[in-house]
Amino acid sequence: MEWFEYLSFGNNGWGDELASGLGITLSLALITLPIGLFLGFSVAAASVAKKTYPRLIAFTFTTMIRGLPELLTLFIIYHGVGLLLNKIIKWLNPDAGFFELSPFVAGIIALGLVFGGYSGEVLRGAWQALDKGQREAALATGMNQLQIFRLIELPQMLRLALPGLGNLWINLLKDTALVSVIALNDLMRMANIAVGSTKKPFLFFLTVCLTYWAICIFFEWCIARLEKRANRGIRTS
Amino acid sequence: MIEVLIDYWPKLLDGMSMTLKLTFISVVIAGLLSLPLAILRRSKNKAFQWPIRLFVSFFRGTPLLAQLFLIYYGSGQFREELTDLGVWWFFRDPFYCALFTFALNSTAYQLEILRGGLQAVPYGEIEAGVALGMPRTLLYRKIILPHTYRIALPALGNEIILMLKGSAIASVITLLDVMGHTRRVFSQTFDISVYFWAALIYLMITTLFVFAWRLLEKRLTRHMCYPVNSKLPAPKALNTPKETCHVN
Amino acid sequence: MSTNLQSEPALHVEELHKSFGDIKVLKGVSLTAKKHDVISIIGSSGSGKSTFLRCMNLLEFPNAGRIRVHGEQLDLSQGVEQGNSKNRQNQIERIRSRLGMVFQSFNLWSHMSVLENVMLGPCTVLKRNRDSVEVQAKALLSRVGMLEKCHMYPDHLSGGQKQRVAIARALAMEPDVMLFDEPTSALDPELVNEVLLVIRELAEEGRTMIMVTHEMRFARDVSSHVVYLHQGKIEEQGPPEQLFNAPQSEHLQRFLSTQY
Repeated sequence: MEWFEYLSFGNNGWGDELASGLGITLSLALITLPIGLFLGFSVAAASVAKKTYPRLIAFTFTTMIRGLPELLTLFIIYHGVGLLLNKIIKWLNPDAGFFELSPFVAGIIALGLVFGGYSGEVLRGAWQALDKGQREAALATGMNQLQIFRLIELPQMLRLALPGLGNLWINLLKDTALVSVIALNDLMRMANIAVGSTKKPFLFFLTVCLTYWAICIFFEWCIARLEKRANRGIRTS
Repeated sequence: MIEVLIDYWPKLLDGMSMTLKLTFISVVIAGLLSLPLAILRRSKNKAFQWPIRLFVSFFRGTPLLAQLFLIYYGSGQFREELTDLGVWWFFRDPFYCALFTFALNSTAYQLEILRGGLQAVPYGEIEAGVALGMPRTLLYRKIILPHTYRIALPALGNEIILMLKGSAIASVITLLDVMGHTRRVFSQTFDISVYFWAALIYLMITTLFVFAWRLLEKRLTRHMCYPVNSKLPAPKALNTPKETCHVN
Repeated sequence: MSTNLQSEPALHVEELHKSFGDIKVLKGVSLTAKKHDVISIIGSSGSGKSTFLRCMNLLEFPNAGRIRVHGEQLDLSQGVEQGNSKNRQNQIERIRSRLGMVFQSFNLWSHMSVLENVMLGPCTVLKRNRDSVEVQAKALLSRVGMLEKCHMYPDHLSGGQKQRVAIARALAMEPDVMLFDEPTSALDPELVNEVLLVIRELAEEGRTMIMVTHEMRFARDVSSHVVYLHQGKIEEQGPPEQLFNAPQSEHLQRFLSTQY
């Protein structure tokens, strides 16, 4: 019963603090998703381009993202981009004070880059797995490139990419915990703070784990439903 | 840019050995644990199936950082009990805790990969073995496992890379791996370039690993591309029965 | 002008050349399809007959030649892929929309139901009203005997059923000319007839059609004109009776002797 008190909402418990941390965690992931996805589409497009340069850039980018620890990417963005911005600001206005990149924004950029790198690969795979005959049939009907992409290729690409993208979304949710290391007040860090004042580390970190677990199971269920919907009409062996 | 490397390369090297040690040991432990668990996971006995399913789901559904905190800091809440049990020395040490966490985490992932591999073994090949009167252990050793690992190899390679990257988290509980040393150097010098050297080290390790793993894959999947790639004349393959006999 | 259009051939192709790398697949092939013509293109595999058909609606871009669809000239001299202007792209799309294509491997859009497959072209390319398109699509599907399956997805159909849907899809664009690229080659033998029956009906109602086929008996029955392609050139052509009963060239004689 003592445990329950620690997690209660209100002045004595840490429930409301943890809930606000959860809110930050979820909003970080939700804001990162469209940005990362947009980046992923750009990377995929570049990696199937006819010209060499875009392909080379896409390849370098994905290799870097896949080879670097997410934590390192986060630090590079947090300190590196912060430094760069300060240099630019100093150059524009020598009297300006020190500008600090917020951990939230750094998190969005870093996790967006990671999501973009991995989803680029997934989307490229989906693109290459498309049945080229269906594009031909659309061409033969007289559709233009935009119509073909929007009506024929995109829906099928999304179907093919859905399992991979679903995995990446789960990874993104879990990676948000890293941002606590640069002092974003997310779920993980709120638990840390709670541990500092209550000396009940197991209780709070278990709560964190169970919360993440519940979120992941919920989204896995959502993704499975989406896949089922997207695969209607497709015969699977 | 280069000064930081000149001043601090021994630290980075030291971090590299810590990173490799952490990754290697936990991946190997996981490799040993995951196979029997994967086989148990496929058994029809619910008493085996469910605990393993929960274990996999938990370790795949929570952040590695949270798992690490739960084990390293969380164990502190039970210090007396753990001391009585005589295992406190283990949980007190961040290195052991990191190894323990990473090994469990990687076991969950490797287990799922192997389960997929086991599932993908063509049933006809198993039947052919059964028809020859092979006992179960022989069936596993000669037919099912070689097949499983060949199928699972690329995914296992990916998992090892993920573990290598994930091990950077150990720096958060004060371990001095590449990431840990890098953070420390940065806090002393505020020289951003140390991050780029760290990035280079990670990229180097992953690239070398990918390369080595591909060689391994090629060796183990020779039979699949034999007529196209091999420069050996066909009969010569028959002279090395040790490596080829279990393929068919 | 309009009288002029009446006398225009539906499709007129002149001196098409096409090579892939160093390999010359078409070495100057010409063909004219007047209204109500049913032209069969025969030849051994590798003779270039599929490439020829695919050049007509520019799924392959010919290296040289002229194509005229119902009086509209498509100039290929500058190499189509370079001249990627908006006007030119529009012209290509317009011409494609007037030539209905039926593929060997059906190429139905797998994420759409049978009915949606048939409706998509008229709705998006011709920008016609959905309701009227649906009425027409259902009528076409009932003609090819696929109306009951109109809400099913392509993956759940047999090859013959898919091909009949593909034919309905091409017809829905109300094309001037129908192009068939070996429509029965990918089908199991027992499914060939249901598709040939549909094509035969189309021929009998006076549609202009060009088809590449391996079905010699069928070509002989329905065609008004047969073209024999050999190594990228027209070796012999004429009415079916003449070609099949009294082949002149040695190659054609040998080819026909392997077909029966």
